[in-house]
Amino acid sequence: MAIKERLSGNEAVANAMRQINPDVMPAYPITPSTEIPQYFTTFVSNGQVDTVFVPVESEHSAMSACIGSEAAGARTITATSSAGLALMWEVLNVAASDRLPICLALVNRALSGPININCDHSDAMGARNTGWIQLFAENNQEAYDNMVQAYRIAEHPDVMLPIIVCQDGFITSHAVENITLLEDQVVKDFVGEYEPEHYLLKDGESIAYGPYAVTNYVMEARRAQMQGLRNAKQVCIDIGKEFGQISGREYGLFEEYRMEDAEYAMVIMGSAAGTAKDAVDALRDKGVKAGILKIRLFRPFPAEEIAEALKDVKYLAIMDRTEDFETNCGPLGSEIKSALFNKNLRPLTLNYCYGLGGRDVTVESLTSVFEDLFEVEKTGDLGEVYRYLSVRE
Amino acid sequence: MAYNLKQTLNKEERLAPGHRMCAGCGATIAVRNVLRGLHEEDEAVITCATSCLEVSSFMYPYTSWKDSFIHDAFENAGATCAGVESAYKALKKKGKIKGTRKFIAFGGDGGTYDIGFQSLSGAMERNHDMVYVCYDNEAYMNTGIQRSSATPMYADTTTTPVGTVSDGKPQNRKDLAQVIAAHNIPYVGQTTLVNNFRDIHVKSEKAIYTPGAAFLNVLAPCPRGWRYEMADILELCKLAVDTCFWPLFEVIEGEWIVNYIPKKKLPIEDFLRPQGRFKHLFKPGKEHLIADIQAGVDQRWEELLKRAK
Repeated sequence: MAIKERLSGNEAVANAMRQINPDVMPAYPITPSTEIPQYFTTFVSNGQVDTVFVPVESEHSAMSACIGSEAAGARTITATSSAGLALMWEVLNVAASDRLPICLALVNRALSGPININCDHSDAMGARNTGWIQLFAENNQEAYDNMVQAYRIAEHPDVMLPIIVCQDGFITSHAVENITLLEDQVVKDFVGEYEPEHYLLKDGESIAYGPYAVTNYVMEARRAQMQGLRNAKQVCIDIGKEFGQISGREYGLFEEYRMEDAEYAMVIMGSAAGTAKDAVDALRDKGVKAGILKIRLFRPFPAEEIAEALKDVKYLAIMDRTEDFETNCGPLGSEIKSALFNKNLRPLTLNYCYGLGGRDVTVESLTSVFEDLFEVEKTGDLGEVYRYLSVRE
Repeated sequence: MAYNLKQTLNKEERLAPGHRMCAGCGATIAVRNVLRGLHEEDEAVITCATSCLEVSSFMYPYTSWKDSFIHDAFENAGATCAGVESAYKALKKKGKIKGTRKFIAFGGDGGTYDIGFQSLSGAMERNHDMVYVCYDNEAYMNTGIQRSSATPMYADTTTTPVGTVSDGKPQNRKDLAQVIAAHNIPYVGQTTLVNNFRDIHVKSEKAIYTPGAAFLNVLAPCPRGWRYEMADILELCKLAVDTCFWPLFEVIEGEWIVNYIPKKKLPIEDFLRPQGRFKHLFKPGKEHLIADIQAGVDQRWEELLKRAK
C-alpha cells in the first residue's frame, strides 16, 4: 500500500534515502540542502538506517570521502547545493572517471556572486560536463521518485557512473506538498543490494584506483566513459518503466505536456514547468496550440529524442534558469538548437534566461513568453534571440 | 618482539620494484619501511595524494602496490582514506567483509602541510582508524622543487631562489607534528631513516595498530631538491637527528616522549653543508644566517625537551 504523506522536498528525499539505507553518507551542510543530512542523521541516531555518517569538514572532503567509500565497495550518498557543488567540482570529475556510482542530492541554488541562497540552476549547470548523470524534478513527488530510481540507473553494469538528483531550492525543497511514498520494503526490493564486481575491500583480491595515465591511454579511457554515460539514456527509460510498475508513475527522458499538435512550445526544466503547464492550459482554453517539453534527464542529453518531439513545432521558447556567460544563449538553448540542427529542423526559436537567484516565475511571466512567440509569428522577425525574462533594465 | 633488521627486511615487499622513483629517494625507503610495520597476515588499503610517489608507482597499466590502492587528488588523501575506512566500518557491520584491513594514507609535504591540510585535519579530528604518513622532503618536488611550508629557512628553491637580494626562503618551517598533536589524537610520531630503520619500523607498527587516528611525519630526503650525493642519504638523516634539526619523538595519548637525545649535539652546519640547497650560506658574510638557523633549532629543541618532561 502506498503511503499518503505531506512532506517538503527535502523530507521526501531524506525519506527515500532512509528507505534505500545506503552504507555511507559523508555530508557538509549548506542552504537549502542542509535539512537532508539533518533528517538523515536523525534516522542514523534512531537506528532506522545502518548508514555510517561522516561529518566531513567541507564539501570537497564530502565528495573525496564519497570517492574513497564508493571505491571501497560501499553504496554512498551525499547532498549539497550551490557553492558546495562548486567546491566539489574537481573531484566530481574524478568520481565519474573512476566509474563510481555515487548518488548526490542537489538542491539547486544560485552560485555566488552576489551571494544568494535561492533557486536557480547555475550550480547544476556548472557541473553539467563532469561526467555525472543529471535528473531534474518538477515537484516533491518527482524528487522522491527520482531518488528511488537513482541507484538503479547509476549502478547499472552498462553505466557505472555517478548521478545527481536535482530539485529546486526552497521552491520544492522547503514547500510542503501532498506526496505518495512507497512502502519501505517495496523501495528496498526495487533498489536491491549493491554488489559491485571489484572494490578496494573485496576479500581475496586487491585493486588500484586512480592511475597516472600517459598519452597512450587517456583518449580510450574518456571514450569508454562517454559510452557509459550514453548508455544511461536507455537505462533511464527502462528503469522509469519498471518504476511505473511498482508506483503507477512511469518516467521517461522528458515529459510532453499537451504537445500532441503543438505549434508553440516551451522547453523548461525543474519547478517552473508546473507554472508553465498552467500557462499552457489557459492558452489551450483560448484555442492556442501550445505545449511544454519538460526535461527530466539532462545528462546524458537526449538530443535525438528531443528533436523528434519538437519536429512539428513552429515557434519555440527555450528556458534557461542560469546565466552561462556564453552571451548568445544558455546551455539548454545551445544544446536544443544543436539537436534541432542535426535533424534539419528550424523552428523560430527564442532562448530566455529566467528565475535567477529565486526571481519569481509566474503564469503571467511565462505567458508573456508565448506572447513573444506570437509576435515573432506576426512579424516574421525574431529580434533578440537571447532574452532575459522579468529583468529590470 | 625485539627489532631485528634482517628479519624485518625479509618480510614480503608490499611496494614492488620497477616503479619510477629516483635513485637515492627517501620517499620510497620511507614507504617500504612503513609497510613493513604491517603484520604479514593483515591487508591494507593505501591512499595516496598526488605526488612523486603516486605518479611514479601507479602508471597505468602497472602498479607497484601489492595492497589495494586509491589515488583521488592532491589535497584530499585524508578525506579519501576516511571514506575508505568508513566503508570498512559499514561493510564489516553488515558482514560483507571477512578479513582485517588497515588504512594508510601517504602524502608529500605539499599534499600534507599545505594543500591537503584541511582534509588531513578533518580526518584526524574525526579520529578515523587510519594512519596518515607524510613523507616530508621539504618542498614541492614533483613540480620541480618549489617551497612549501615545510621548507626550512634559507633553503634555495625554485620559488625562493637565492639572488642578489634573496637568501632563499625567508620564513620558518611549520611544525606539523605539533599541530597534529594538538588534535588530541591517540598517536603522533616523528621519525626518519636512522638506526637500521628501527625508529621508523617501531613507530609505523604502533601507528598502524593504535586504534583511531595516527600521524607519522617522516623526514625523507630528496636528492634532486636537496642536492646531496645519492649514496649519502642515510648519513644525512643521521645528521638531521644529531643536530636536533629533526628530533625523533612521539606523542602517545597526549604524552610527549623524546626518543633520542644525542650524546653530543652537532652544530647545524654539519647538516647544511652536504646540501646544495644551503650552499649560499657558506659564502663569506652569511655566517649570521647560519646563526639564525642554529638559534631556531636550539629554541625548538629546548621547547620539545620541556614538553616531554
